[in-house]
Amino acid sequence: MSLIATLARLEAVRAGQAQPAATVRHRHLSERPLVFVPLTTAGEAGAPLGALVGTDRHAPRLLAVPQPRDRDLRFAFLAELADVVLPYIDSHASAVEAAERTETDPESGKRVKVEVELCADAPQLIVPSRAGIDFVRLLGRSMRFRRTAEQDPQAPHPAPPRVPLLGRWLTHFGERARVPGSSLLLALTDVLARHWTTGQSSLEDQHLGALLAWIDPPEGASGAQAALRAELARGADGQLECPPAGPATDPAFDNKLLAPAIERYDRARTALAAAEDGLQADARLGALTAAEREIRALVERCALPTWEKVWDGLDLLRALPEGAHVEERWTRDRWSFTGHRDRVLAGEPPQPRRDDAVTAANKLAAREREQARLEAQEALDDPLVMAGRRLAGEAFAGEVTDVVMAYGEGRRPSPRPLVTVRTDDLPHLGERARVYRSLDGRPQSAEFVAHEEGDGAEGTLIVLRILDKMGRGKEPAAGSVPDKGDRVCFTLFEHEQRGGAKLPEPEQTPWTHGGPPDEESAPEAPDPVTEEDVL
Amino acid sequence: MTAPARETAFDPGAAAARATDAILRDTLHGPHRGVVVDSPPGAGKSTLVVRAALELAAAGRPLMVIAQTNAQVDDLVVRLAEKNPELPVGRLHSSDADPYDKALDDLPNVRKSAKAADLAGLDVVLSTAAKWAHVKTDEPWRHAIVDEAYQMRSDALLAVAGLFERALFVGDPGQLDPFSIVGSEQWAGLSYDPSASAVTTLLAHNPELPQHRLPVSWRLPASAAPLVSDAFYPYTPFRSGTAAGDRRLTFAVASDGSAPDRVIDEAAASGWGLLELPARYTPRTDPEAVRALAAVVRRLLERGGAATSERSPDPAPLTADRIAVGTAHRDQAAAVRAALADLGITDVTVDTANRLQGREFDVTVVLHPLSGRPDATAFHLETGRLCVLTSRHRHACIVICRAGVSELLDDHPSTEPVQLGVTVKFPDGWEASHAVLARLREHRVGWRP
Repeated sequence: MSLIATLARLEAVRAGQAQPAATVRHRHLSERPLVFVPLTTAGEAGAPLGALVGTDRHAPRLLAVPQPRDRDLRFAFLAELADVVLPYIDSHASAVEAAERTETDPESGKRVKVEVELCADAPQLIVPSRAGIDFVRLLGRSMRFRRTAEQDPQAPHPAPPRVPLLGRWLTHFGERARVPGSSLLLALTDVLARHWTTGQSSLEDQHLGALLAWIDPPEGASGAQAALRAELARGADGQLECPPAGPATDPAFDNKLLAPAIERYDRARTALAAAEDGLQADARLGALTAAEREIRALVERCALPTWEKVWDGLDLLRALPEGAHVEERWTRDRWSFTGHRDRVLAGEPPQPRRDDAVTAANKLAAREREQARLEAQEALDDPLVMAGRRLAGEAFAGEVTDVVMAYGEGRRPSPRPLVTVRTDDLPHLGERARVYRSLDGRPQSAEFVAHEEGDGAEGTLIVLRILDKMGRGKEPAAGSVPDKGDRVCFTLFEHEQRGGAKLPEPEQTPWTHGGPPDEESAPEAPDPVTEEDVL
Repeated sequence: MTAPARETAFDPGAAAARATDAILRDTLHGPHRGVVVDSPPGAGKSTLVVRAALELAAAGRPLMVIAQTNAQVDDLVVRLAEKNPELPVGRLHSSDADPYDKALDDLPNVRKSAKAADLAGLDVVLSTAAKWAHVKTDEPWRHAIVDEAYQMRSDALLAVAGLFERALFVGDPGQLDPFSIVGSEQWAGLSYDPSASAVTTLLAHNPELPQHRLPVSWRLPASAAPLVSDAFYPYTPFRSGTAAGDRRLTFAVASDGSAPDRVIDEAAASGWGLLELPARYTPRTDPEAVRALAAVVRRLLERGGAATSERSPDPAPLTADRIAVGTAHRDQAAAVRAALADLGITDVTVDTANRLQGREFDVTVVLHPLSGRPDATAFHLETGRLCVLTSRHRHACIVICRAGVSELLDDHPSTEPVQLGVTVKFPDGWEASHAVLARLREHRVGWRP
């Protein structure tokens, strides 16, 4: 944890309220996000119990699985989920704008510009917490290798038609969520914790109710009290007043309410199956429907408070103005979305179970680049974030006290002015360290020359040599060198990330990494049916 | 390399020579595409790399050398030129400003370029892994030497492995593992996990490759080798190349009785010293500990130390460039640098474990990674970090630490999740930290500043 985060936590404890950790919003928020509050069944990984899903705060769609261990009911749930999610995704897939992309021409091997489509907007999925993202990934994994009756008429348990497609999309969302700064799939607790610092641990921040209690405590209560209540307060029936954001449910809910309801449902179903005539069946169907309705009511009771809190959290975030670089990062999300749309349209097989060596290395490199880019952009967009970097010795701000024109060595002397900055910050400047400042959104680099003896005034004097972005002439272009009296902020970290080296194609995986992947394994076979699948 | 004959059963010079011969035999004449050499701290890894490079070049095999940092590359170039000034050597460098050490300009047979094509045909071409990754070639090099291969990430090897047919991988498995700034649990357990070390991936796919190890540390004194070997290399032990009496550290100025002086004397006599401050939770840049580090360094310089070793019959003065301060974090290093500057000391190396890797000093002063902490995170428990910090010295190592680290360790057993398919690394940091502390406690000097 950075020093500024520690200080903010201490301040939050003293103030009894979360402290801002950002002055702008560092993640894109869609005009019309799809909020997804899933619940899962205890004791079985990936057995959904139900969900609230939708784009309208006032009209969530309630999905429930009255018997989560029943595979047919589970498929029905997934099919219903696909009916909500896929139209939402499709609604973003058709509106496109023209864009350019550099590609390697297969014939000449040269880099050429190609006209391509870029989706004008991308869908955005919001889940309450980080565990929700894992659940999205798990659902994606469980669905994308399923075969529908159309794909494989022999399949013993064919999946409903659009379920494998939903699996591919959820997999894409889950994978994209691993890219730092991406906003296709967001966990609300993570986004809120990025923008506010509470007086509790970061582990406790993963409880949406407690986190919101710190950020926006009710009238007359401190954040700590409200958070404690959100975590522990139970009603007369022993149930949590603020159910956990899931997907896991509270054991008291499971034991006292859910298990008996599911048992009633099972009994009603057995009774219906044993009905001997139409009249009896009608009556028993009524009982079954009632039992099912009861479970739906329980799921709604458990998920609705979270649903409301997610929208409350979104409102809080919307009140912050968007950071300057957020749009640029969202454009990359749109590229990612467009790319997957195209892969689906082209009939490519689902994402493999495991990345091959080259894909894994490419993903890791891309994410490291995005992480560095995100950290730089957040600091540049937000003086509060920059303050944290300054406190950590990774940046410094101050006033220009002197500018001396100087020239570089070489045949054509180019301007290399020396700029002296007075700062109260204590940057960790090594010998000839490079520093950067933003000049009209582009990074200008300078070199640390020396610490200068102060003139008795506060702060330290840092002499820098400006190195670039001054034009081609003998005199620096107007405005490219700071003037005496200007406020400047230099960072020790780079503002833009260089692209890494190009890795070999997967077919050229070298011997050190096991050689090219087996051709036979692609495309991957569906998951084999196990006993578990036909319980 | 010959060590003075000694009347012990173990002849370090002969043992090291045997190991080197076997390595070169496998490298030059073996049937395998790769050879892996594990080298404990100061076991003559660079010497081996230079020798292998010269022999491969002499055998007429075009050779590329892959190191991890520009400093390592420059160092190897200089060593190669020292051994054979006639050898045509290429230094491939980046197109940044000051891409290589200016000392290379004085070497007549070293050609430098940012383009690999300019260096084609030279016997040996050296560069960093990052630069090699941008090189395209139709005809791969016959041979490569990968230096510091345990600090190279698997994905970095993936980017360059197409450039060579066969390779010698040399590195120290006990030092810091490579790291990534984003999570990589997704690939944990895969044989080609891109965040694992290059050697891990190489051996997972090519388990038949011969693995050698250098058995003698020429750097670590007889007082340090057993502890470092036991704590960090329990299954691949090594010995010190020198015996107990071969190295001596003496001071012209007698102790003034202060705690820094007493811990210096303890370390001079036994090779180890622990300066223990009272237990307390502190910020990372613990001001008292930083002042204690600076005080010890100042006294080391003021007292006119002299180091006697097998290198020369006369004692060499213990100057600032023979002392290093090691920390876990960069802000700690910066704080120590500032504290030393206040005392007028500027040319003592102060750096983090990551940057001290591969370097050697007479005396090191170390801030214990767990000193003053309320928790023991995976970062602070990483075996390699403590190993690097306690294995940079030729004579003595002084550790500054707050009391209570053993209790802290007992309160924080390793809780890293177990990943399927990942080889458990032994020893874990918890175990190694305890082993080192137990030994250090025998050389403890308490100080209440």
